[in-house]
Amino acid sequence: MNYAAQLAMTLPEVVLSLGALALMLVAAWSGPNATRAISWAAVAVLAGACVALVGPATSGGSAFDGMYRADAFAGFAKTLIYVAAAVAILLAPGFFQRTAGDDLRPEYPVLILLSAVGMGIMVSAADLLTLYVGLELQSLAAYVLASFMRRDARSAEAGLKYFVLGALASGILLYGISLVYGFTGSTLFDEIAGAYAAAPLAGSTKSLGLMFGLVFVFAGLAFKISAVPFHMWTPDVYEGAPTPVTAFFATAPKVAAVGLALRVAITAMGPAAEQWRQIVIFAALASILLGAVAAIGQQNIKRLLAYSSINNVGFALIGLAAGTPEGVAAVLAYMAIYIAMTLGSFLVVLQMRDTDGQPIETIASLSGLSRTRPALAFGLAVFMFSLAGIPPLFGFYAKFAVFYAAVQAGLFPLAVFGIAFSVIGAYYYLRVVKTMYFDEPAGEYGPGDRLEGGLIVATAAIVSPLGYLAIPLLTAWTMAAAKALF
Amino acid sequence: MIQAFAFYLFAIVVLLSGAMTISSRNPVHSVLWLILAFFNAAGLMVLVGAEFIAMLLVIVYVGAVAVLFLFVVMMLDIDFAEMRAGFVRYAALGLALAVALVCEIFIGIGAWSAGGIDLARRAAPVDPAIPNIQAIGNLLYTRYLFVFEGAGLVLLVAMIGAIVLTHRERKGVRGQNIARQVARRPEEATRNMRPEVGQGVQL
Repeated sequence: MNYAAQLAMTLPEVVLSLGALALMLVAAWSGPNATRAISWAAVAVLAGACVALVGPATSGGSAFDGMYRADAFAGFAKTLIYVAAAVAILLAPGFFQRTAGDDLRPEYPVLILLSAVGMGIMVSAADLLTLYVGLELQSLAAYVLASFMRRDARSAEAGLKYFVLGALASGILLYGISLVYGFTGSTLFDEIAGAYAAAPLAGSTKSLGLMFGLVFVFAGLAFKISAVPFHMWTPDVYEGAPTPVTAFFATAPKVAAVGLALRVAITAMGPAAEQWRQIVIFAALASILLGAVAAIGQQNIKRLLAYSSINNVGFALIGLAAGTPEGVAAVLAYMAIYIAMTLGSFLVVLQMRDTDGQPIETIASLSGLSRTRPALAFGLAVFMFSLAGIPPLFGFYAKFAVFYAAVQAGLFPLAVFGIAFSVIGAYYYLRVVKTMYFDEPAGEYGPGDRLEGGLIVATAAIVSPLGYLAIPLLTAWTMAAAKALF
Repeated sequence: MIQAFAFYLFAIVVLLSGAMTISSRNPVHSVLWLILAFFNAAGLMVLVGAEFIAMLLVIVYVGAVAVLFLFVVMMLDIDFAEMRAGFVRYAALGLALAVALVCEIFIGIGAWSAGGIDLARRAAPVDPAIPNIQAIGNLLYTRYLFVFEGAGLVLLVAMIGAIVLTHRERKGVRGQNIARQVARRPEEATRNMRPEVGQGVQL
């Protein structure tokens, strides 16, 4: 296959990389004054990458001897990633301008673009090497973004914690990769699947090596999607990182890591589904339970949303546990709706600031918001109800889809426990709503921002019952994406 | 014969210098022993026909370790006076080491042109007609092109990250403006004054 055809398949990554390099040069010569212009240019580059997804990038098949896959699955995940990354770039200038301390530097949009390249490589990976390079590209940019406010001790702590624990997780993942490579003889997903299908899965030394490799790879991936028991870093990092960066962490990298986990589980280790299903079911139930219980005592809204993201990843993993095309489609739909809900929630968190513009993060400060800022309170209530999965909001459909897939795959106990635990989770979402609507007003927030207000309205419209109109489209798209894996 | 001799020479020096790396008390000496070990390991690589890895060892490891050595000298609390005191005493030894390194390079090249040692078994046999630098290049720029470029981006992110996190624009620093310095003329820079005696000078 010639280079032109292969590069056409990787066009989104090429566009993003070249855009990032060009903007880096602009940033180096024009300095911090051009930050806003570079941010908008970065959003334009992301839009260009979305356009580049049309064509060979989503239908080309395999490139580079099967190491890179350009299919509908990658296309769907990349669309979500690019949209979330663009929102994270748009939120930053206002936040850094209002907040005392560090100014926004033009490296911020550039790092997000490079991180988006890494995430694109992750969801297109069809080889363990591609997987690892993409993962590291995304993670390395994320470590820097977490400590972007250098004068803020919490931000520096978040970056350091994320880096140390992320490096540990990368080590675990690499160890698993080396075991898988050693015992299957290939790093290509297709050939690994062949080796898993051919090997006896119990009783031999080889099967032991294969199982150890599988467990370590899943442990490394569980860290990246912050599933229990590898979630410890999430609340601290989400709390310490600047809020736009937290909004980014909770959305785009999560989609990429979940997409990567889906592809590894289904295409590389599909024949060992019985083996990894136990891990996934445990991680799913533990994430839902811990995400629900540990969030109850939180006073900080960003920590609360961190536990909420752990909780939501648990629900997404239920779809993976089903291991069917319907299950994978449900996970993808879940991630799409989850992104809208989470971005909306963080947009509201960005509005929580005093009259000087300094961010306030306590849940108590939301008291009586329904009387001081009724529209904002209504918006947050919509997102909270949706995250709790209460009909008629769109978050209900997301949970319904994964549970339906689990039931169809015969995993009744999993679905029953998942639904029971989701009731516990509903408690803390509703507590936020109660604080806003039934407590005495605590104090006024500063005035809102037009761009952020518009984005809140847009995300709220997606998670509102209007979202149900998109179900046929969403189902068709996610099913096409899921079928690409099987 | 020459190959076997070269092998044992390199192997013994690698082992000895490895032992000295961990047993010498001065960190600077450790680094020097490490460099010797790397050179000899490179010689071993040449003997087995992996000339690319030999080059990597010398260029990357020895080069990088030289930089590391610099950092060790700068950051660790080393008593330089004490170090310099032994300079004359150890100059002969240092010179001997340098001569040994040069000799090893010659022996290595000689052994390589005499034909490498055949390994009993190769995990991935390659076409003997293709030198392995070319073989690696063939793979790196075709099959692994995408991953290779991705790794390049990872390094770029690491560089950007290091600068973003540590670079500070300090205020009140007098930066150098070369164009202004060059354009400066004596008449702008000097003044003829005739100060009154006992009145002090005006600056």
